Amino acid sequence: MNEQRIWIRTVKDHIFTLFVALLALLSVVPLILILYHIVGNGIAYINWSFLVSLPNPVGVEGGGISNAIVGTVILVVLACVLSVPVGIAAGIYLSENRYKRLSYWVSVAVDILQSIPSIVLGIIAYLWVVRPAGTFSAFSGGVALALMMLPIIVRATDETLKLIPESLKEAALALGVPYWRTILRVILPAGLSGILTGILLGISRIAGETAPLLFTAFGSPFMVLDPTRPMNALPLLIFNYATSPYQHWHSLAWAASLVLVAMVLIFNLTAKVISTRWKVRF
Amino acid sequence: MKQEKAFRVILGGAVGVVVVIVVAIFLTLLWGSLPSLQRFGLGFVTSTTWNPVTGEFGGFPFLVGTLLTSFLSLGLSLPFSLAIAILLGEFFREGWFAETMRSAIELLAGIPSVIYGFWGLFFLVPAIRYVELSLGVSPYGVGVLTASIILAIMIIPYSASIAIEVIALVPRDLKEAALSLGATRYEVVRTVVIPYARSGIVGGILLALGRALGETMAVTMVIGNKNALPDSIFSPANTMASVIANEFTEATDEIYLSSLIEIGLLLFLVTAIVNAIGKYIVHVTGVERKE
Amino acid sequence: MESPVLEIKSLFAYYGNTQVLKGINLDIPRNQVTAIMGPSGCGKTTMIRCINRMHELGEGARVEGEILLNRDSIYRLHPMVLRRRVGMVFQRPNPFPTMSIFDNVIAGYKLNGVRLSREEKQEIVERSLKDAALWDEVKDHLHRKGTFLSGGQQQRLCIARALAMNPEVILLDEPSSALDPKATVRIEELIVELKKTVSIVMVTHNISQAARISDYTAFLYLGELVEFGATEKMFTVPRDSRTEEYLTGKFG
Repeated sequence: MNEQRIWIRTVKDHIFTLFVALLALLSVVPLILILYHIVGNGIAYINWSFLVSLPNPVGVEGGGISNAIVGTVILVVLACVLSVPVGIAAGIYLSENRYKRLSYWVSVAVDILQSIPSIVLGIIAYLWVVRPAGTFSAFSGGVALALMMLPIIVRATDETLKLIPESLKEAALALGVPYWRTILRVILPAGLSGILTGILLGISRIAGETAPLLFTAFGSPFMVLDPTRPMNALPLLIFNYATSPYQHWHSLAWAASLVLVAMVLIFNLTAKVISTRWKVRF
Repeated sequence: MKQEKAFRVILGGAVGVVVVIVVAIFLTLLWGSLPSLQRFGLGFVTSTTWNPVTGEFGGFPFLVGTLLTSFLSLGLSLPFSLAIAILLGEFFREGWFAETMRSAIELLAGIPSVIYGFWGLFFLVPAIRYVELSLGVSPYGVGVLTASIILAIMIIPYSASIAIEVIALVPRDLKEAALSLGATRYEVVRTVVIPYARSGIVGGILLALGRALGETMAVTMVIGNKNALPDSIFSPANTMASVIANEFTEATDEIYLSSLIEIGLLLFLVTAIVNAIGKYIVHVTGVERKE
Repeated sequence: MESPVLEIKSLFAYYGNTQVLKGINLDIPRNQVTAIMGPSGCGKTTMIRCINRMHELGEGARVEGEILLNRDSIYRLHPMVLRRRVGMVFQRPNPFPTMSIFDNVIAGYKLNGVRLSREEKQEIVERSLKDAALWDEVKDHLHRKGTFLSGGQQQRLCIARALAMNPEVILLDEPSSALDPKATVRIEELIVELKKTVSIVMVTHNISQAARISDYTAFLYLGELVEFGATEKMFTVPRDSRTEEYLTGKFG
């Protein structure tokens, strides 16, 4: 009896291992497919002209994505300017005042903010900026993206600074350095790699977001540098072209997708490199 | 010292800003929904009419659409997330294979939603259309099923990453005790690892659910955008997020816009609650285990 | 006898409701090494952290009493000013990891925004590192970060950093407890040299270390000052029975 039972159990074990490996590998298949299609369909259209010319009017062949690239850059910069200083300051507060009541509620607020779907943040930016201003604008898009990025920065700063040993702060204080200088010139530099990583990951996240821009930055066929006007962005362009009926716009959308994915990849990789190479050891 | 005080004020101000922002978001949504709340009251949640022409709005189709796609995608993704979690948390914790898999999972999570939608539109939709034809169902191609599949692919990394952590935390001596009694690896996983990590996995599932509920772009592009209750998983439909994405810029009158904002408010509440429960579970299991 | 460099009068220290120091009266002699000893939890670290007002930084920490530094009340001085006159070296070496050795030594000036000319900086760094017996080992590596140094070297770097401020007193909190015996010997030799220019207060739980290098010893037990006197005398003929029990290892 025992022999047979053991044999059955062993077989079950092997099947299980195989099953697990298979499922896990299968999950990666869509990734491979997506990358394959993006590169396959898009690479032909990537050339210098594509990157620096404006989109052509409907029906005209060719055209580029220059305004979308510039728009994405401007939006990301806007979002960073709005969210990074506040985020880092809030993160410093949380890591320095761990046991205060206020910190608990701030933490709750940050968690809630992080869970809000990006489309809802688009509604908020619409009601806060677009409505009163009477026009779509890159600035409102920046606000929506900043709202997305804020919790990411706060958490990254808080977690990074929490890891810095107390003795570092004490060493500076014991030299007679005032508290604020200690934080700014000793603690923050020590946590720089972690904070920078958080910023890069945040950027990589918001650069690909479309929903919050649908009714804030809205998109535009022109090259726009003025943040008070509607502006195009890569994800918006991809969305518009992909859902359009025009064949050649579909091709451009693949190429634009390739550019976007490459951008996201670069940010992620840079974040990884920074977090391992620049990490300060204690 | 003056600078000292100024510094502390700035820090306190920053966290104040964060709290104020979150409260303001909630209040804004509430205020924006007021016209619709006053007009339709609680019936909004159960009404299936969505008629911009007559000004009659009800959110039930979208609620159903959201819940249907989210839970379906959760169910579809679960075996895969668990498999990845067991593979990376138990079988291959280190080494080049584990590193490659981890990077692949991170990449999956990093691909923008609109690109998933794009790909889904051009490759998944025709495939589903083919399946529907073979089944004798109306070959829309788009619909609840398609959206759920895309969603499932997108949320795999989220539930997987938390599950990996939790499974890796299962104490070695527990597993070795089981092995020393003659259990096979499969039995150890089934009888020791999964039960121990169970709450953490549930927490991860809830967090993935929270993500799925709010997902907009990929869903919008493949769900068919029909403002009615779906008859089957092959029917086109709409979710709360996708109806907002589609119609917000077209909402010309106040009641129309307000109804969409109210849907946004519902979405906010549902995702906040699901995420809070998920985070709580993950936190509690993490803390418990450390003791 | 010269005037004491520190006069501690009726010092009480609290953490919330717990009384950690119970009325300490102690005069620290000038240009001598004074060891503060006692079993764990007797309040010795708390006492020296009161001297540079670091104790107050803790949650619920409170102090009563008076401490005079060269006749100045430390509670009338701004804490930052005080901490430039009193240096501190911690149990585990903690050089600033993002700064070079050079910058670590003058960190006290740099972080306070004090402008020094290049010659001044060079002079301070060289003098401090020589006084800390570290100059020869690092003079060719001044612009590298200090993380490649051994534990003992890092600790001497921290001593140099404290010395660079020209303090009147240096507080050492078990300075060699995290170091190997060889590094410990070098630190001890250094301390004996340093007392010529600066007064030293050293917390230690190592009785033989105190016997080796301290001139005076204060014995604390459960927050009270049990005995204080010249080390040689106290270790051979202790006046209090508790001192004797501690020295003979009955508790610790």
